[in-house]
Amino acid sequence: MRFVSDRWLSRFLVVGFAVAGLGSAQTLESLRIMAPASPGGGWDSTSRLIQSTLQDTGIVPSVEVFNVSGAGGTIGLAQLASAERSQGDLLMTMGLVMTGAVLTNNAAVTLADTTPIASITAEYEVIVVPADSPFQTLDDLLAAFREDPGAVSWAGGSAGGTDHILVGLIAQAAGVDPAGINYIPFSGGGEALAAILGAQVSAGVAGYSEWAGSIESGELRALALSAPERVEGIDVPTLIEGGVDVELANWRGLVAPPDLDDAQRETLISVVDELHASPEWEAVLEENGWQDFYRSGDDFTAFLESEDARVGEILADIGLVGE
Amino acid sequence: MEALGALLDGFAVALTLPNLGWALLGVTLGTVVGVLPGIGPALTVALLLPVTFRLDPVGSFIMFAGIYYGGMYGGSTTSILLNTPGESASIITSLEGNKMARRGRGGAALATAAIGSFVAGTLATAALTFVAPLMVDVALRFGPADYFALMVLAFTTVASLLGSSVLRGVTSLLLGLGLGLVGIDLQTGQARYTLGVPEMLDGVNVVIVAVGLFAVGEAFYVASRLRRGDQDVTPIRGGVWMSREDWRRSWRPWLRGSLLGFPLGALPAGGAEIPTFLSYALEKRLSKNRAEFGHGAIEGVAGPEAANNAAAAGVLVPLLTLGLPTSATAAIMLAAFQQFGLQPGPLLFQTSPDLVWGLIASLYIGNAMLLVLNLPLVGLWVRLLFIPRPLLYAGILVFAALGTYSLNNSVIDLITLFVIGFVGFLMRRYAFPVAPAVVGMILGPMAEQQFRRALSISQGDPSVFVREPISAAFLALAFLAIATPLLAPLFRRR
Repeated sequence: MRFVSDRWLSRFLVVGFAVAGLGSAQTLESLRIMAPASPGGGWDSTSRLIQSTLQDTGIVPSVEVFNVSGAGGTIGLAQLASAERSQGDLLMTMGLVMTGAVLTNNAAVTLADTTPIASITAEYEVIVVPADSPFQTLDDLLAAFREDPGAVSWAGGSAGGTDHILVGLIAQAAGVDPAGINYIPFSGGGEALAAILGAQVSAGVAGYSEWAGSIESGELRALALSAPERVEGIDVPTLIEGGVDVELANWRGLVAPPDLDDAQRETLISVVDELHASPEWEAVLEENGWQDFYRSGDDFTAFLESEDARVGEILADIGLVGE
Repeated sequence: MEALGALLDGFAVALTLPNLGWALLGVTLGTVVGVLPGIGPALTVALLLPVTFRLDPVGSFIMFAGIYYGGMYGGSTTSILLNTPGESASIITSLEGNKMARRGRGGAALATAAIGSFVAGTLATAALTFVAPLMVDVALRFGPADYFALMVLAFTTVASLLGSSVLRGVTSLLLGLGLGLVGIDLQTGQARYTLGVPEMLDGVNVVIVAVGLFAVGEAFYVASRLRRGDQDVTPIRGGVWMSREDWRRSWRPWLRGSLLGFPLGALPAGGAEIPTFLSYALEKRLSKNRAEFGHGAIEGVAGPEAANNAAAAGVLVPLLTLGLPTSATAAIMLAAFQQFGLQPGPLLFQTSPDLVWGLIASLYIGNAMLLVLNLPLVGLWVRLLFIPRPLLYAGILVFAALGTYSLNNSVIDLITLFVIGFVGFLMRRYAFPVAPAVVGMILGPMAEQQFRRALSISQGDPSVFVREPISAAFLALAFLAIATPLLAPLFRRR
């Protein structure tokens, strides 16, 4: 009961603020959203869901999504920072992966060349083993990992991506040199899943929803989730509960071009604030299994800087990025 | 029998009027778009995805399946008639198919491709209905070492593509292997041969290379020859239709192609290209008309086309049963599943039987529709060859450029297309075969990644390649494939 009324109260407050916000900042007639990836991927679908929610709620009457794909999003980032400089009607979808891509690709333009607006969603990473694996718990896996780091092979997405970063952070917390991990990158969660189900590798790492079907059917055993605390609806202990002091959210957010004036920045932030406060957006989060991960304005700017530093450090320890 | 009952329920879903409409719309769109060089089924589904946000899931999946199969059909039409394959799985089709078209046998080549696709698609869909769970167990046994050995076997097919001069063939292969190295190395995240151009970090797109070498190279070559008057194309000679002889030579390749395509397509890292390579090599080896290969042998069209379509159905096995997308189109269909809040995987058959069996039933229907749609059109398609060549090839250049630009909206891609097109022109001018370059570009990076993965998992122990039975068997077959032609003359002479 308590939970319900709290939730109701907070929603009331958020809506209240949003309505109050409407009075002060200007509204936008039209908005463009750049998805720095090809159609069909995570950034693309996030952009399109934001587009349809903004239009359905009437927050912004006309929203256009366009794709600028390539190099982990850094091609889109470069375009945002140069050709679109000081354009107040543009947002680019991005996320944790982009902070890593900027570093591993040695990109000329970094996220410091953007105007951070807000983080909006997150998904936590899950660590799994095949159902017939000898590892019953996270402790079993970590004991083997400490004994002989090379003998435990981890399957996940591309080198330097979120999955790789998480394995590096776990190694660090478990007292293993991150440079010695035996990480096997696959080009997609699907190929990695096949390698785990076929017991070709010891363990696997991916976003929870990617493998939710196989976890719920019992083909995969989920050992730990990278969330700060238990997530409603996911019956998996956190890494922290398992004695590994690591949390990692694969978050997605929105940034705007550099050199915006304060009014432009405020307008974009208020648009995203309104989006986040709408019940339609809440439904989108639920349908997609995303966690609410809202930080806007200065909060987000500070968060982005701290994530950038953390990712840079761990990628250097793994040996993917020069110091 | 349980599957049969479920399938009948599926037909009940798929045969409703609106769903038949979606299937027809899908196969028509797929065929039309597949004909354009550079625009494959994956891109079409991706572009249509947002449109279906508000549609019901069953209808949109039936349409996606139609686009997928339709794209396969459409791709083979231009491969055969114009030597301009729109996607990598129909490259092999163009080798013999285009030679047939030049000799006035385009109608027969199109017909054997269409009927072969229908036969293979139907057989593979039947296999999908009944043996999907078994296939999954087999597919999961494949580890990196086994994939590497499979790719070594596929590499042996290059020998049958080399053409008359081994030196020229190998040069072309090395060009492809080199192009395949460009971009971020998946295993370490380091950039290779990108010349400091950020757009090159994702590597050179194999579709752009295929369209560049074949379509653009062909257009330049035709342009360079136009005024010399060597009109070497005979649009139609004899009947448009397949002769009794064509049927006799086609039906075995259809069946063999289906048998190769379905299981290899069902492998989590298989794809549709490798079975087409293997089928071509197999048909060349088994054919009584081996001398005709390279000059328009109908077996070389029938087998690979069947393999291509059977693999397309095979790809749905890991997608539906495990949630594993193994091709670009499957990955986008997975995104579509998630958009509707569905999680493909073992539970999908229980949670949404309507959708799964409706989709499978619509594959049968889509296949039949494609045959009905395509066969009467064969005569019309062949008339493409009567279009004056300056108009036809200017059109091809326009569509190749449009298709390439629509992949990523990137100008760098367009520059790459025309640079590679010019290389393709030079290769054709100086009689280097272009197919080995594309084969090398597809197989090279896959083989490299699997090789390094296998060694990484075994912590550097190379014996994994012979210790695993599947891997050892493939390597033995590859050895036989290379050794037999070398040793056979020795035995024959006695």
